[in-house]
Amino acid sequence: MIAFIIRRLVQAALVMLAVAFIAFAMFNFVGDPVAIMAGQDLPAEQRIELRKSLGLDDPTPVRFARFVGNAVQGKFGLSYRTAEPVGKMIVERLPATLELSVMAMIVALAVGIPMGVFSGLYPQHWLSRAMMTVSLIGISLPTFLIGILLILIFAVMLGWLPSFGRGDVIRIGGWSTGLLSVSGWKAIILPAITLGLFQMTLIMRLVRSEMLEVLRTDYIKFARARGLSNRAVHFGHALKNTLVPVITITGLQLGSIIAFAIITETVFSWPGVGLLFLQSVQAVDIPVMAAYLVAIGLLFVLINLIVDILYFVVDPRLRSQSAKAGAK
Amino acid sequence: MQRGKFLKATLVAAVAAVALLGAQPVSAKTFKWANDGDVNSMDPYARNETFLLSFNLNMYEGLFRRDKNLKLEPALATKVEMASPTLWRWTLRPGVKFHGGEPFSADDVVFSYGRAAGKGSNVAGNFVSVKEVRAVGKDVVEVETKYPDPLLNDKLSQIGIMSKIWAEKNNAVQTADMTKNEENFATRNANGTGPFMLKVREPDVKTILVPNPTWWDKPEHNLTEVIFQRVANDATRVAALLSGEIDMVYTVPPQDVDRIRKTAGRRVLEAPETRIVFLGFNQQLDELPDTNVKGKNPFKDKRVREAFHRAIDVEAIKRTVMRGQSRPSALMIGTGLNGYDQAMDVRPKFDPALSKKLLAEAGYPNGFETRMDCPNDRYVNDEAICQAVVAMLAKIGVKINLVAQTRGKYFAQILRTASDIEKSPQIAFYMLGWSPGATYDVHNVFEALIQTPSAKTKKGLFNAGGYSNAKFDELADKVEQETDKAKRDAMIKEATKIYLDDYAYIPLHQQVVIWAAKDNVDLVQLSDNYFPLRFVKMK
Repeated sequence: MIAFIIRRLVQAALVMLAVAFIAFAMFNFVGDPVAIMAGQDLPAEQRIELRKSLGLDDPTPVRFARFVGNAVQGKFGLSYRTAEPVGKMIVERLPATLELSVMAMIVALAVGIPMGVFSGLYPQHWLSRAMMTVSLIGISLPTFLIGILLILIFAVMLGWLPSFGRGDVIRIGGWSTGLLSVSGWKAIILPAITLGLFQMTLIMRLVRSEMLEVLRTDYIKFARARGLSNRAVHFGHALKNTLVPVITITGLQLGSIIAFAIITETVFSWPGVGLLFLQSVQAVDIPVMAAYLVAIGLLFVLINLIVDILYFVVDPRLRSQSAKAGAK
Repeated sequence: MQRGKFLKATLVAAVAAVALLGAQPVSAKTFKWANDGDVNSMDPYARNETFLLSFNLNMYEGLFRRDKNLKLEPALATKVEMASPTLWRWTLRPGVKFHGGEPFSADDVVFSYGRAAGKGSNVAGNFVSVKEVRAVGKDVVEVETKYPDPLLNDKLSQIGIMSKIWAEKNNAVQTADMTKNEENFATRNANGTGPFMLKVREPDVKTILVPNPTWWDKPEHNLTEVIFQRVANDATRVAALLSGEIDMVYTVPPQDVDRIRKTAGRRVLEAPETRIVFLGFNQQLDELPDTNVKGKNPFKDKRVREAFHRAIDVEAIKRTVMRGQSRPSALMIGTGLNGYDQAMDVRPKFDPALSKKLLAEAGYPNGFETRMDCPNDRYVNDEAICQAVVAMLAKIGVKINLVAQTRGKYFAQILRTASDIEKSPQIAFYMLGWSPGATYDVHNVFEALIQTPSAKTKKGLFNAGGYSNAKFDELADKVEQETDKAKRDAMIKEATKIYLDDYAYIPLHQQVVIWAAKDNVDLVQLSDNYFPLRFVKMK
């Protein structure tokens, strides 16, 4: 187990270095921040000065070394756009994105698994067919369209829910949460559904096909032959065995939900890191873009690590294999 | 018993009524508005961009300010005089206090101008002509200039005055230093003398302002609180206005104008913006990039430039691409600014047949091939305008390869570099927009866009195509220093005629600024796209 984790950590470090290089490469390729920052009336001398103070004129290897050195210490410099420290900007916006992502995942799991189980058990039932049709819509409609449709219905026409923002936020230490106020809960409903819809249909379809598969296996027949109740067979034996792929997908998808919440965050003006990233792209705010890439890279690496460890817990075969390998 | 109960009930009701009244003053007017981007900083010198300057001038004030017609009027100064062509003197308004209670004096002005002209500031361009700023006693500020600068008061009216005591106490004596990993206190806090005070600042989420109870002027607004929120997505921002969550939208996408107009209780405000969007030619390189004309540059020939000008139907662009939301212009300066001349604002007639003839005379009877560079996220419908232009030029036989890209890359490619002004960028035909920033005067256009790019004089930094006319340069230099208004206006006229006759550029149009608001909001829309909250009234 420990050897396994160490191996994974080494791999993770290599991945992070590659991500850092790509992030750094942006400084050379996404345009001239001085043209964006300076405004039209800044005299020529001060433009030259600004380039110098941003370190844009140094040779590339020097800049890369400086970038990695600072990144390791969590220093990404000041945002070109707002002159705030980049690390602080990201940390301040991270709670919003994490809350939204986790909420979306909860919605996806809480609705997706029961639907999957049901349509797996009764594939011919009309409700199952209806679910399959609806899930097709969930998979095929783009996120921004779903978001805007929801806003149109629930905010503009019905006026029940807010169309943008995060509601009232309460600060607990360094964490700002919207989950302790009524307006916060109201505000998170639409974006969480929008963001979770695709995952929900994915999980539902996954659970359904796994259930169909598992229900055909011999041990389910034996379990039935032993006279176990339907409930014990379905949930104790069948569902448990469908969960390994679900965990994999959920883990990987949580990463992409966080990373690609950009669209949902933009549609709902959700003040998270995705929105920050988008605005930074528009303003050629390279330090923020670079830091975002590195942070998201780190997140993916960590999530994959956790998922790998979870396999150990869920699947006894992996445990016995590594025990054997250890014994050799 | 019965009577006692009744009395008690009445009393309870009365108390409840009083409590209700106390909790909700009848005059509570909270004004909520949104824009697609946030104010990037609370520091008034952090960026030279309209939105930031406009927002921060609600909290910080200059010595003069602009009224509803963009004319200067006294603010923190009560009067200004020119003691000599190079010496300006302002008399300050007595008894003014900053939001934090610090008294306002000449020291604050000297400090603020030093900060705005200093390291890290992006509004230093306003101080190019300034030699020295000094306080004469508590109530008088003098500025000595290196040469006569008739526009100094216009430029300095943009510079909000910051409290010296406050800045020194909070270690914010200069604007944020990009080389350090530290935030500057003034980035998230503000202490000016203006009509509004900063109450809450949450970057990218919301910024809340409240009225300054000790403001020196009588408030025209009736607001008790202003909440500014940033709603990035166009459709969501419009939806929030339609659902009533916000009272006013600062940036309205053109495609939603009709929808807002049709909604009861909402209205659209439109005015031509001061910025002119125009097309430029490279007249400097000896051979254009990406062309089939080798060994010479067709744009050096005035006839070719005229042919292009006459081949572009700006009314058609207005009708189709801009959906009516543009004001075609023949000049490089917009209406309402100093130097705009209605008599000269007449475009050469749209005449593709004549264009073809001109091209043939110039030696290109079958047209030629070249490239056009265009931004795709800077001006309203920029890429679509360029596509329309390409199609129109195809009709006179000019084949254009259009390259549209995001602004960060675009400007890096087409603009001159400050360290090597005279070197021509590798461009042929391009689009740019310009508004005479701080001065509201045509000289800024002359100096930045039309004068010959020169490393010595530092003029022509944004004259990307390198148009050059010695006579024009000479006139523009005179305009810069002439303090006699009549003489100056005559020179402006003469200079304008020169660049028009040379077909130096193809001015296209002024964009229309579109705002939208609820009917119960009364506000003033200015053509410089500034939005002073002090003019907002809610019914």
